[in-house]
Amino acid sequence: MGHQEKQSIVSIIGSVLIIGFYTLYVYKNHVAGDPEILNDFRFWGKSFLWLIPIGIVVQIVILILFAIGNTIVTQEKMPDITDERDKLIELKSIRISHWIFVVGFMLSMGSLAFGMKPSVMFITLLSSGFIASLASEVAKIIYYRKGV
Amino acid sequence: MGSDNTIITNNIRKLRFFADEMTQQELADKTGVTRQTIMAIENGKYFPSLELAFRIANIFKVALSEVFSYNADNDPVLKKINQTKTSAK
Repeated sequence: MGHQEKQSIVSIIGSVLIIGFYTLYVYKNHVAGDPEILNDFRFWGKSFLWLIPIGIVVQIVILILFAIGNTIVTQEKMPDITDERDKLIELKSIRISHWIFVVGFMLSMGSLAFGMKPSVMFITLLSSGFIASLASEVAKIIYYRKGV
Repeated sequence: MGSDNTIITNNIRKLRFFADEMTQQELADKTGVTRQTIMAIENGKYFPSLELAFRIANIFKVALSEVFSYNADNDPVLKKINQTKTSAK
C-alpha cells in the first residue's frame, strides 16, 4: 500500500474520531440537559464554528503523528513533493465530495421547504459535509489503486 | 507496461534496465515526481502529462516515441467516431 493510500485511511479514521468525539461532547454538555437547544440558531452557529478549527488542528496533529510513526516503522522516507498525479487525484476527489455536499445542501434546504425543524436542516448539512469528506478520501484510495 | 488493450503503452521498464538498472526512485527524483507515479505509469495506470513524458524521454536521451507508443485500435474515442461515420453512411 502506497503512502498516499495510508494517509487517506488515517484521514478517514481521523474524521470519524473528530466528528464522533465532538458530537458526543456537544450532546453531553449542551443537548442532553436541554434538547430544545437544537432549535436555537446560536447553538448551531457556535457548534459549526468550533468544529471547523478543532477539526483542522486535530487532523493536522493526527497526520503528523502518522508521518512520524510511518517513518519509524517502515524506515521509508515520506515523499515531500506533490506531483501532477497527486494533484489530478486531489482534483477528482474534490469534485466527488463537492457533488455529494451539493446534494446534501439541497436535501437540507428541502427539509426547510417541507416545514421540518431547523435542527433537521443543520444535521443534514453537517452529515453531508462529513460524508463528502469521507467520500473524498475513499475516492483518493480508489484512484491511487485503480489509476486515473 | 499495461495490458494489451491499453491505448498508450510504454517502455520505461526496458529503458530503466538499459540505463544501468536505474531504479524507479532514481527516475522519480530526476523527473520531479514520486516513485508511486513512476510505478503507476509503468503499469499503465496513469498517463503522464506531455511535459513529464518529454522529461522522461530526455532522461533516457531517446525520442518520445521510443518511450511511449499509441495504439489507435484500442482508442474508444476513435472507435466511437468510426461507428458514427459508418452509421451515417
